[in-house]
Amino acid sequence: MLRGCVLLLAWLTAVPAAGAALGIDDARHLLNRTSFAAGPADIETFAALTREQAVDRLLSWTGRPAVTPPPPWMGEPFESLRRFRGMSLDERKLALRDLFQKAFELQSWWLTEMLVTPSPLTEKMTLFWHNHFVSSQQKVRSPQLMHRQNALLRRHALGNFGELLHAVARDPAMVVYLDSASNRKGQPNENFAREVMELFTLGEGKYTELDIKEAARAFTGWGIDPDRGEFVFRRLVHDDGIKAVLGRSGNFNGDAVLAILLAQPQTAEHIVAKLWREFVSPEPDPAAVGRIAKVFRESGYEIGPALRALLTADDFYEPRNRAALIKSPVELVVGTLRQFSFTTGEPLPFVLSTAQLGQNLLAPPNVKGWPGGEAWINSTTLLARKAFLDRLFRVEETRAMMAAGGGMEPPKVAERMTEGRQRFLQAMLDVQFDGGKWLSQFDDRPQLLRRVVLAAAPAQEPPADAQGLDLIRHLVQDPVYQLK
Amino acid sequence: MNRRDFLSAMGAASVSSFVPRSAFAQRSGASYDRLLVLVELKGGNDGLNTVVPYADFAYSQLRPRLAIPRDQVLQLDQQAGLHPALEPLMALWQGRELAVVQGVGYPGANLSHFRSIDIWDTASKSNEYLTEGWLARAFGAVPVPQAYAADGVVVGGAEMGPLRGGVRTIALTNPEQFLRQARLAAPAGQSSNAALQHILKVEQNIVRAAARLHGNHAFATAFPAHGFGNAVRTAAQLVASGAGVAVIKLSLGGFDTHSGQPVRHAQLLKAFAESLVALKGALTEIGRWDATLVMTYSEFGRRPRENLSNGTDHGTASAHLVMGGRVKGGLYGAPPELARLDGSGNLPFAVDFRDLYATVLERWWGADAPGALNGRFAALDLVRT
Repeated sequence: MLRGCVLLLAWLTAVPAAGAALGIDDARHLLNRTSFAAGPADIETFAALTREQAVDRLLSWTGRPAVTPPPPWMGEPFESLRRFRGMSLDERKLALRDLFQKAFELQSWWLTEMLVTPSPLTEKMTLFWHNHFVSSQQKVRSPQLMHRQNALLRRHALGNFGELLHAVARDPAMVVYLDSASNRKGQPNENFAREVMELFTLGEGKYTELDIKEAARAFTGWGIDPDRGEFVFRRLVHDDGIKAVLGRSGNFNGDAVLAILLAQPQTAEHIVAKLWREFVSPEPDPAAVGRIAKVFRESGYEIGPALRALLTADDFYEPRNRAALIKSPVELVVGTLRQFSFTTGEPLPFVLSTAQLGQNLLAPPNVKGWPGGEAWINSTTLLARKAFLDRLFRVEETRAMMAAGGGMEPPKVAERMTEGRQRFLQAMLDVQFDGGKWLSQFDDRPQLLRRVVLAAAPAQEPPADAQGLDLIRHLVQDPVYQLK
Repeated sequence: MNRRDFLSAMGAASVSSFVPRSAFAQRSGASYDRLLVLVELKGGNDGLNTVVPYADFAYSQLRPRLAIPRDQVLQLDQQAGLHPALEPLMALWQGRELAVVQGVGYPGANLSHFRSIDIWDTASKSNEYLTEGWLARAFGAVPVPQAYAADGVVVGGAEMGPLRGGVRTIALTNPEQFLRQARLAAPAGQSSNAALQHILKVEQNIVRAAARLHGNHAFATAFPAHGFGNAVRTAAQLVASGAGVAVIKLSLGGFDTHSGQPVRHAQLLKAFAESLVALKGALTEIGRWDATLVMTYSEFGRRPRENLSNGTDHGTASAHLVMGGRVKGGLYGAPPELARLDGSGNLPFAVDFRDLYATVLERWWGADAPGALNGRFAALDLVRT
């Protein structure tokens, strides 16, 4: 109680300057951008810290492996990528069903990790890199390789970008996804060479078509052993002639080309601008990006210092950058469940929800990833978001009806899983929200409630008599709830 | 009585058939009672295996594994023929309702999916970055009547494409679900926060469209039982509901056939063809096929020389199809010049994609094209007046 009063005072008198305590609003802003969405207890803890202390604390929690055990088949022998060959139609059907099931288990594993992790920033950054170094299960068709890639992205999530780039380039799922395996001397496949320049490093327009053709030659011979799922270099199909890439020439191999790309200042700027769009606002400030990109490059591409510079910058806390970003489906779903301390069983309904809202984990729409921002919201997805929230905050009153088998039709895709229907309905029955307990945190400061739930004032003032769960429902249906 | 009521009272088709086009255009700006259905073939459709230059020796030379055998091609003339999976469209071809436009592209072709579809969506030059879609610019200049449920409807996808920008666009998967959920939306004013303003606008569009959409028409026509067939069914239902919409955008994905092309491409073309035939059937039932123009587009075609993965890489010019009850069927554009490939081994173009857009704007809607397209382009003479 006393602590609450002190914090309230701190927030009322907060000055947005380095060295001062963050206060409630800045702490909320920082946590909601970096940690899905935060409950009042975390916000209060961070409110007492300075910007630097708060960011350092967030960063110090990162870099650990997932706490959720991987699906059991990760320990089984590798399933050859060629296993579909020579199968009869029936065998193939079964194998595809098995593939679908495992891919789904992998999505569930990741969503669970996001729900329970002590370091949400690690998951946010792993997701950021998943959306940067895109691979899709739908093309790779190996949940084992997709899990390995996810572990790679998590390991380097706040590590070194250069090491991550080199590692991703030989990551088996990536090799399959961008057709590196069919890139051979004399018959280059340009897919990886193009995307590594356009999307992974330099950015659109910072290279020529000739650079791509030459770089593709340098990557010839990079492939994988389809039976072991390991990267292999096939010397016989590697082109070891002289290549000219971005004004330099030599007998480059793939790693040499990656080093050339990392030496370009545009690479640091491209990555920092993308971090800016993820954490700060839809429109990166060129001067600030240039400054942070310099930090990034001079640190030898250490991601932590770049993110620290971004999250302690005045720009991050500017009033115009508050509530300026639209929550991704994962942020909306995971953030709501975390912020309101929902109890959940199997994450099946939530994996399906994120997919329905436009973010099917491990299956981005194309190599450019989810476009994000305003593209998340159209009439279909906005209504689906509202319907999701409506269902979630009525889960207690509809439980009896659902238990009797009514009121909820599982999505069709659930039927593709073993006992999918029953599992879906059971998972919905397992969802619990203790509204009374959650609301009791605000007993002595009711005005804090909306400031925790919404990133800005509501677009529609809730009815004056709305309180308790009713008030929560109004707030989460407000358009501002879609913002972070 | 507003203009739209007037048109429907008169019967839209009869108005446009006896009023000279130019006079019509001057008086009303545009006749959006004529529907445009855009079909995006996502990933870059292989034009050479869609409209096959079967008589060109270079074709089978460049594609030892992928060339469609001459005896399987559905011949359109002495040089060009359709992929066998497009067989359902032959009825439209024979009925002179299918225009096949070969060699559609643009100068300075970009081979990136995202950049090139951006160029198509915004009708920009290849070195120019525009944010608004070409249809959004057209509707900005000559607005769609306010009585319409929406300017455009995107079926089954979230990307607004040529409709992005300041237009009233609704994305939906099926009308019933849309109406059921729409009660959660409420109009809530304006905001100077761009992200919030976007959400408020979408919410307002939902409320407006929900007030005008209704019902579920029972068609005698059967729709194919796959995703694209369902999207076409939704499109037909939208038209039947009479809610008023100028553009419906559909998309069919999976054309990025870097590997395993033969089976995949045939499946996609079959799904496309049988669904379009169903669309014609359904719209004919309700007397709207003559007021409908269907046009395909795609970010690029594919490289003439096949790769070693039994597929094709990103290319440039491609063939596109235009269909409808008022289309002058036939071949347009120019056959692919396989002897004149550029340094990347790609085709020169014969028809600028903006010529097709100008055709829609000027010949189909009687609207101003240079304004929307930022320049003058030559409309093709493929619409019967």
